[in-house]
Amino acid sequence: MKDTRSLMARLNNASLSRRHFVTGVAAGGALAGLGVFPGRSYGSTATNNGPQTLRGKQYDLSIGYQPVNFTGRERTATAVNGSVPAPVLRWREGERVTLRVTNNLAHDSSIHWHGIILPTEMDGVPGLSFDGIKPGETFEYQFDVNQSGTYWYHSHSGFQEQTGVYGAIVIDPKEPDPVSYDRDHVVLLSDWSDEAPEDIYAKLKKMSDYYNFRERTAGDLWRDIKQKGIAQTWNDRAMWNQMRMSDRDLSDVTGYTYTFLMNGVTPDDGWQGLFARGDRVRLRFINAAAMTIFDVRIPGLKMTVVASDGQNIEPVTVDEFRIGVAETYDVIVEPSDDSAYTIFAQSIDRTGYTRGTLTPDASVTAAVPAMDPAPLLGHRDMGMGMDHSMHGMGGMSDMQGMDHSNMSGMDHSQHGGNTKKMDKAGFGSSRPITHVKSEFGPQVDMRADNPQNGLSDPGIGLRDHQRLYGRRVLTYADICNLYPTIDPREPGREIELHLTGNMSRYMWSINGIKFAAAEPLQLAFGERVRITLINDTMMTHPIHLHGMWSELETGYPEYIPRKHVVIVQPGSKISYLVTADAIGRWAYHCHLLYHMPGMFREVRVS
Amino acid sequence: MKSASQKTTFLLLALLASLTSTVSISAVAGGKDDPLLAMVLVDEFEIRDADDQPLVLDGQGWVGKDLQKLWLKTEFERVDGNTEEAELQALYSRSVARYWDFQLGLRKDFKPTPDRSWAVIGWQGLAPYFFEIDTALFVGESGRTALRLAAEYELLFTQRLILTPDIEINFYGHNDEDLGVGSGLSDVQAGLRLRYEIRREFAPYIGVNWSRKYGNTADFARSDGEDIDDTQLVIGIRAWF
Repeated sequence: MKDTRSLMARLNNASLSRRHFVTGVAAGGALAGLGVFPGRSYGSTATNNGPQTLRGKQYDLSIGYQPVNFTGRERTATAVNGSVPAPVLRWREGERVTLRVTNNLAHDSSIHWHGIILPTEMDGVPGLSFDGIKPGETFEYQFDVNQSGTYWYHSHSGFQEQTGVYGAIVIDPKEPDPVSYDRDHVVLLSDWSDEAPEDIYAKLKKMSDYYNFRERTAGDLWRDIKQKGIAQTWNDRAMWNQMRMSDRDLSDVTGYTYTFLMNGVTPDDGWQGLFARGDRVRLRFINAAAMTIFDVRIPGLKMTVVASDGQNIEPVTVDEFRIGVAETYDVIVEPSDDSAYTIFAQSIDRTGYTRGTLTPDASVTAAVPAMDPAPLLGHRDMGMGMDHSMHGMGGMSDMQGMDHSNMSGMDHSQHGGNTKKMDKAGFGSSRPITHVKSEFGPQVDMRADNPQNGLSDPGIGLRDHQRLYGRRVLTYADICNLYPTIDPREPGREIELHLTGNMSRYMWSINGIKFAAAEPLQLAFGERVRITLINDTMMTHPIHLHGMWSELETGYPEYIPRKHVVIVQPGSKISYLVTADAIGRWAYHCHLLYHMPGMFREVRVS
Repeated sequence: MKSASQKTTFLLLALLASLTSTVSISAVAGGKDDPLLAMVLVDEFEIRDADDQPLVLDGQGWVGKDLQKLWLKTEFERVDGNTEEAELQALYSRSVARYWDFQLGLRKDFKPTPDRSWAVIGWQGLAPYFFEIDTALFVGESGRTALRLAAEYELLFTQRLILTPDIEINFYGHNDEDLGVGSGLSDVQAGLRLRYEIRREFAPYIGVNWSRKYGNTADFARSDGEDIDDTQLVIGIRAWF
């Protein structure tokens, strides 16, 4: 791997013409492909500069099939205006935009304007906002743009997000921007697979660890026994063995099938963004991946995070941040010399990365760092707290038997939990959690009995980066809104929702109930509610509420950050406030594409 | 007998129809949550190193959704161009716990002759410590009963080189002299197969298979002049789609 990388760096430095080799874990084998593949047949993505930018109030967007080649093999993508990613849309706050979207696919399609506050019928979710766009038809979206910042758009039909229907939205503010910068670049991250998404989903249903080539081996067992002895190894493994789960299960879909892209460019080719020495460069990071959570850094540069999910925040300077699927972060970097810098985005499971170059000179690239070691899941990721000794061999295996469902009086999700004293707005929930009856059954394989604080935790794989590498990692607790909280009311009630699933059956749900079987979540128009999410799985779920802000309770009630996607760490708990100020039917779901079909609720505001 | 197999066929068709016609409230807002899928797993397809070089197939397949499936299991052995053993089970499989499926259906032994039919109550899934368990109680005509316990484990040497020990134990309630089967513990088979997954779906393997007859079954075998135990090298492929 190391040799391959230095070779790649040399190749890059030598500035050879286009190279086409497969990227992923097996980059070594991929080198054999050097020069074998002639030109690629891109649409408008044929440059290292990413997709084109469209401006104005009127847009004609066409969703259609497009041959692409990211891996050395030609595949058919679903693209907007022939481009993967779709064109960057640059709007102005205060304007009314009209977007005519034509579907040239053989299947229904749709566009959802992710993070944009708009009328429910413009939200683009088939079955909730409208009927979708039939093949050959055109749907006209029209709405006022009442916000500014970095957002994105994508299909909400089938698995079309995986095959290319995603693009950036940048909205310039009406008032002077509180963030000063000399130039900006969209940095849109995504994951491409040559496999059809329906096939990926079917494979996961048949063999949920199909894409995991990091499972524990006999060698690991032998090493553990040598280090810790048989008894200790047996005890350490007991929980995993009894729960029949893998501590290496970080991503369902990995670099085995994915090529990770930055602005539609493979890491081998490398997207390039230019700057001039002394520039304040605004990078607008968007995670448009189907299934991949990325950890982002730019070796040699501090990043000052100025916006989260499009909303301006109190600037916070970090070395590294995790970006969940569908989140956006704007950062300012100030390169003070004429060097090139690598923007490095590694997947959460370290099975691959994408990278680009910030450079003053298109012919200069920077060294690409090594990926960090793949983390292992631990007790805290199971919602078991830090106290290992409490959970002996018998502990977890009886989880099935620890039936809390008889505590039906504490069913917050059904009754609003008015019996308990409400925690103050901005500080989250401190009340005990309850696993409701529907969480028990073959569809759920785990329940976090002692969920951890998901706010100040950098997350699995990042927790020791400060100590090991001196890299400061952004946490949600660092995020403080730049402007005062608009709705200072205390929440009138609390809704407790559990993110649930059965990994080996590859079933996902909320409170053990999948979307197809669930009643909508009812909110009364105008009410202020707290939603507390408990992650009863070992996966990191980015949860997206349409139509209304998720106001993350980070402990600053006067400056509550507004997000449209909230990462819920494995075995953790997190709370946010919602003002139900948007009448209509809204989607509320995990933004991991293959979790979404089940881990989904309709939120009905009436 | 004929009517029984007709009934079986009818039941299976009805089951399949009910599975495929299950109207799901389609989650139009994204991908289809619980699509009807089918899987075929050829767990063992191998030649055994014996004088008559038997060809053995052990496979499973299912059609269905997350929690309900039509599950087929088959065991097949061919020696010198003659089918010596052919067994097919057709089961309705329902998930009842995190890792466990309850199965109910029919088994037909086409070979050896005379053929036998059984009702099946099965329990299949993953036990703690990652043991794959497949166990079933069989109830046949004339009060015949049988019990089969099977377990398998996978030990990964690398992500692709996998050693699989497995064991199968058969018990019978009564003697079935026509088939040389005796009551009580009848036979045990144990195997050790080392496969290399070229792809997840396709893996050649080599291994060893050991079997032994016990009790009355062993006595029947001895009186027929057959060996009661056997150890064979095997070579084969494991494949699924």
